[in-house]
Amino acid sequence: MSNYSTSDFKPGLKIMLDGDPYNIVSNEFVKPGKGQAFNRTRVRNLKTGRVVERTFKSGESVEAADVAELNAQYLYNDGSQWYFMNNDTYEQYSANATAVADTKQWLKEQDVCALTLWNGVILFVTPPNFVTLKVVETDPGLRGDTSGGGGKPATLETGAVVRVPLFIQTDELLKIDTRNGEYVSRAKE
Amino acid sequence: MRDQLNARAEIIAKIRHFFDKKHVLEVSTPLLSRATVTDPHLHSIAAQLPLLHKTMYLQTSPEFAMKQLLAAGSGDIYQVCKAFRDGEKGHLHNPEFTILEWYRVGFNYHELMDEMDELLQVILKCDVALRYTYADIFQRYLNFNPHMVSVADLQHHLVREKLPDISGMNYNDRDFLLQLLMTYCIEPKFDKHRPTFIYDYPASQAMLSKIRNDNPPVGERFEVYMGDIELANGFHELTDAVEQRRRFEQDKIQRKALGHPDVVMDEDFLAALEKGLPNCAGVALGIDRLVMLALKAICFF
Repeated sequence: MSNYSTSDFKPGLKIMLDGDPYNIVSNEFVKPGKGQAFNRTRVRNLKTGRVVERTFKSGESVEAADVAELNAQYLYNDGSQWYFMNNDTYEQYSANATAVADTKQWLKEQDVCALTLWNGVILFVTPPNFVTLKVVETDPGLRGDTSGGGGKPATLETGAVVRVPLFIQTDELLKIDTRNGEYVSRAKE
Repeated sequence: MRDQLNARAEIIAKIRHFFDKKHVLEVSTPLLSRATVTDPHLHSIAAQLPLLHKTMYLQTSPEFAMKQLLAAGSGDIYQVCKAFRDGEKGHLHNPEFTILEWYRVGFNYHELMDEMDELLQVILKCDVALRYTYADIFQRYLNFNPHMVSVADLQHHLVREKLPDISGMNYNDRDFLLQLLMTYCIEPKFDKHRPTFIYDYPASQAMLSKIRNDNPPVGERFEVYMGDIELANGFHELTDAVEQRRRFEQDKIQRKALGHPDVVMDEDFLAALEKGLPNCAGVALGIDRLVMLALKAICFF
């Protein structure tokens, strides 16, 4: 297993702490009063998503986490597992409900997602920043209202509910920003 | 980009003008030297000169070289130069950075603080600095006397303030505990809009300053902050060659204990002290941080 020294620390580096994989969010070199230096680091637990502050003596080394990121096409889910395929190698991966808890409402078959794997198991799935989804249910809008002010809820084909302008109708395709879950615009197929 | 370079050049021009007016002479000393600092927390960058069969060191500050000039009778001097420190990398640190260092013959450290204050008002257009002794500032924010407090009490303070437990650090080291409390509990409270000067450090943190035999003794050293950003470190300079050699030897023992490579003491510097360094005060200021504060942007070069 390889190690990283605090001098390698930078946002995005994956390290092992107390048996869990962590992602470094920020790292600050501190030299208190010209004394012994240390690194104040904010790290995100990749299993729980929780961010905590950890402090390391400068020069100390920490085990690297075997975390890989790859792109894979979302295939389908069977109720307990969500299946993905690497389009280059045709290798298949499955994610459990925990790994897609925050993102399953944006997963559309055939969309290419980013998978984060730890020791070969999917930790979480990141959908594309923008997805195109069909409206399956929304209240009929008021004709002529194009202001976009106010808005109403719309249920999309994946089960997600987003706020949309009043003029949006059932069966329309919408472009959604998955990072904040907001409606962007109407979309074409 | 061009604007930032311009602003940086203007600041350096203002610094030169400031010292010219006061008849402080600009000097330029070698960056490569046969010896280097012994300070256990400073790591020099060694330079190999294979054709000359030599190892030399990029200087962590121009202090030793400038003190040799002072001992040779240079009078008041200043320098703007690069300095190099291995291992220091972060949003306020870079292994290569720019220092302004100056020495005033016959000044004590209070007079030098006055001059620093004046310079900062010119460059940062800030108000007059606030000044506290090391004892005052601990009393003010943590309500204890840092010179008298026991290690056990310091450890209790650490727990109460929820300071981190950093593996591999020595939590029985008084100075380390004081430095942690300073970093986490005091520095963040400094005024954001004008400089704060802290002076009269515990003798164990005197570095290269004269120790005054008060009860308890204090190092005539000062640190300059703007907000919580440390900008400068100054001394009423130690002139006693015997005491200087003793501190170097102590440093070497501490380096060994910390597992850092041994370094050769700068005998030329010690010889200069033996010859006689005039009574003087000196200070080093980080130009990159000064420019960052003036421009509210980072600009290393």
